[in-house]
Amino acid sequence: MKSSEKHTITALVEDRAGVLNRISSMFRRRGYNISSLAVGKSESAGLSRMTFVVDGDAKTVEMVVKNLHKLVEVIKVADISEENAVSRELALIRVKCDVATRSEIMQIVDIFRAKIVDVSQDTLIVEVTGNEDKVNSLVDLLDTFGVFEVMRTGTVAMSRGASFEQDKAVTSPRILENAS
Amino acid sequence: MIKKGSQIVCESLLREGCDVVFGIPGGAILPLYQALPEYPELRHILTRHEQGASLAADGYARVTGKPGVAFATSGPGATNLVTGIASAQMDSVPVVIVTGQVNSWTIGSDAFQETDITGITLPVTKHNFLVMDASEIASSIKEAFHIANSGRPGPVLVDIPRNVFIQEIEYEEPGELNLPGYSPNFSGHSGQIRKAAHLINESERPVIVAGHGIIISKAYDELKELAERAQIPVITTLLGISCFPEDHVLWTGWPGMHGMAYSSFAIEEADLIIALGMRFDDRITGDPSKFALNSKKIHIDVDPSEIGKNIAVDVPIVGDVKEVLTRMNTQIVAATHPAWLKRIDVLKKDHPSLDIPETSKLLARQVVKDLSEETKGGATIVTGVGQHQMWAAQHYRFKKPCTFLTSGGSGTMGYEVPAAMGAQVADPDSTVWSIAGDGGFQMTLCELATIAENRLPIKFAILNNGFLGMVRQWQEIFFDSSYVSTAYTGNPDFVRLAEAYGIKGIKVTDKTQVKTAITEAMEHDGPVLIDFIVEQEENVYPMIPSGMTVYDMIEEPVSEKVTT
Ligand SMILES: Cc1ncc(C[n+]2csc(CCOP(=O)(O)OP(=O)(O)O)c2C)c(N)n1
Ligand SMILES: [Mg+2]
Repeated sequence: MKSSEKHTITALVEDRAGVLNRISSMFRRRGYNISSLAVGKSESAGLSRMTFVVDGDAKTVEMVVKNLHKLVEVIKVADISEENAVSRELALIRVKCDVATRSEIMQIVDIFRAKIVDVSQDTLIVEVTGNEDKVNSLVDLLDTFGVFEVMRTGTVAMSRGASFEQDKAVTSPRILENAS
Repeated sequence: MIKKGSQIVCESLLREGCDVVFGIPGGAILPLYQALPEYPELRHILTRHEQGASLAADGYARVTGKPGVAFATSGPGATNLVTGIASAQMDSVPVVIVTGQVNSWTIGSDAFQETDITGITLPVTKHNFLVMDASEIASSIKEAFHIANSGRPGPVLVDIPRNVFIQEIEYEEPGELNLPGYSPNFSGHSGQIRKAAHLINESERPVIVAGHGIIISKAYDELKELAERAQIPVITTLLGISCFPEDHVLWTGWPGMHGMAYSSFAIEEADLIIALGMRFDDRITGDPSKFALNSKKIHIDVDPSEIGKNIAVDVPIVGDVKEVLTRMNTQIVAATHPAWLKRIDVLKKDHPSLDIPETSKLLARQVVKDLSEETKGGATIVTGVGQHQMWAAQHYRFKKPCTFLTSGGSGTMGYEVPAAMGAQVADPDSTVWSIAGDGGFQMTLCELATIAENRLPIKFAILNNGFLGMVRQWQEIFFDSSYVSTAYTGNPDFVRLAEAYGIKGIKVTDKTQVKTAITEAMEHDGPVLIDFIVEQEENVYPMIPSGMTVYDMIEEPVSEKVTT
């Protein structure tokens, strides 16, 4: 059996009070580990999309998917780790910087196609977008100068190509109502 | 038409076919209670504790197959329900709970008797609702009933603030159900069904393990047809008991921690396990990595998250067991399996779990066996949790479907009183016997008042061993008989207690009095309590210590068998 690894799961859920609580409660109760969670509005009004990065073997991930499905407010779940997927995360990194290190930091930022979005006397804020590994490497590199603070959004992910399914939810009356 | 929230609750309940509600009023839910006199078709039974209401709703639901309903007020009223809600969740019982909440504008301010009951019950309900406007009541209650009693049943709680009961709105009938994320799969996959039938037709030593799902979907005939057509022995789970007549030649007991030894061995020796509406609970599997390694497994269940959870299966089928069996049975070839059935007879002879030792003492097991004979296996048996529960399951021979009510998944002591109440209310003409422990009975005995008040002719058989017997047994076997906090030396005189409630009481101290006491109780048309003063240190065998395997089973020691 494959041991612990990261899997990406996405879910389409009703955008209502308490839904996040229900989902996180399920993860907690069943002892599943979420290493990252991102939530935002979807293309349909009244529905949100969540991306979970879950630590666990294939069986754990299968149980996570099934238990997510069981929640009444969860409409669709996809395990996209096996698929060809695009996954991105945004991070803001506050890094220590002085006249001596500034240009070296700027070079690293360039290589990572990141941006400097704030400059002060002795710190910089770097904005970077990429998959988790890319963000990790940049944080590691910048840490040699001194990282004060890291803010990460958590991974969002989408399968490549046009292989998305039309959700049954999109045609449900409540959602059509909300969308119009 | 203008209606109040409270009226909409009552009308919604009636529309869902609810005729009985168990509950206790209080400030937050009072406006709902004050509407009840307008709806005489909605019978309210006033319990003495909210746990009694939620467990009575559970008993009612199991017997009728429709959701049981309970009401409670906010705060302590609602929290008192929780044990009953969690029990219903563990045993897949459809229950709809309506709780009052503090006024909507005070929610979150720690108002008097405010408790976040939707938060508290989130992990122990199938779903719950906080209804913030009267216009949402009708649809929420409609959805609550649908969710509670479809797919894998379970409890649903609807929390309604006090002001929402009073709120007046222009009432509209609820529209179509709108639950885009909820669509249980009933039918099962044809390809998988074909594969399963093929495995069954090929197998030499098949066993059926039939669970609560058979009772929930009333698949009794389909189960019997499968078993008889291919001559497959039928083992039930604890909650599956009574789904298959126990005087049938193919009935092969129930397995697991305190099940019959031959049932557990039959599962180990089988080459195919046909698991129907059950969930491979740890009380059955013991160590899951060593469970039934010699067999292929077909698992039919309506809840996909049960499949592959504890035990890896070869042919999973997600669907309603009745529907799947109906389709699968047509593909089953008649078979006889004579060698296998003979082998099971040998197992049965070699491991006689159901023999009762010859003794002049009053054994709890003997009481159950006598009760089984006197009622001809036709009573509805409700139990508490502990030794008496296991003896009831072992020594009562159930002949009628859906007549064994017990708290299996949650093991809720105290179930024996309120659930018996729910069962009797659900079927007033049935004979309901509560086989009670002296410990559990005292957890919910306040409901004797409810029983007396409503003249529910329940018969109680307290198997009074003066101990929290099951725990004492563990102490005896695993902790050198160090009986810490398990002796009940302060038990009341249960006969006088019954009489204080106006209930007939009988005390039995001798083996020879058992049958006469049972007959006397049955002839009395009203509730009766029999206090059976049984052997204090009788043990339940066989016993598979938790997390172990069938081969670690402790069978009844011979020294104990010949007690005189
Ligand atoms: C509410 C609750 N508390 C504690 C337990 C743990 N427990 C399991 S069996 C048992 C003893 C039950 O005693 P009794 O009702 O007298 O039944 P007996 O085992 O003696 O037949 C206890 C305390 C439980 N199952 N439920
Ligand atoms: Mg006892």
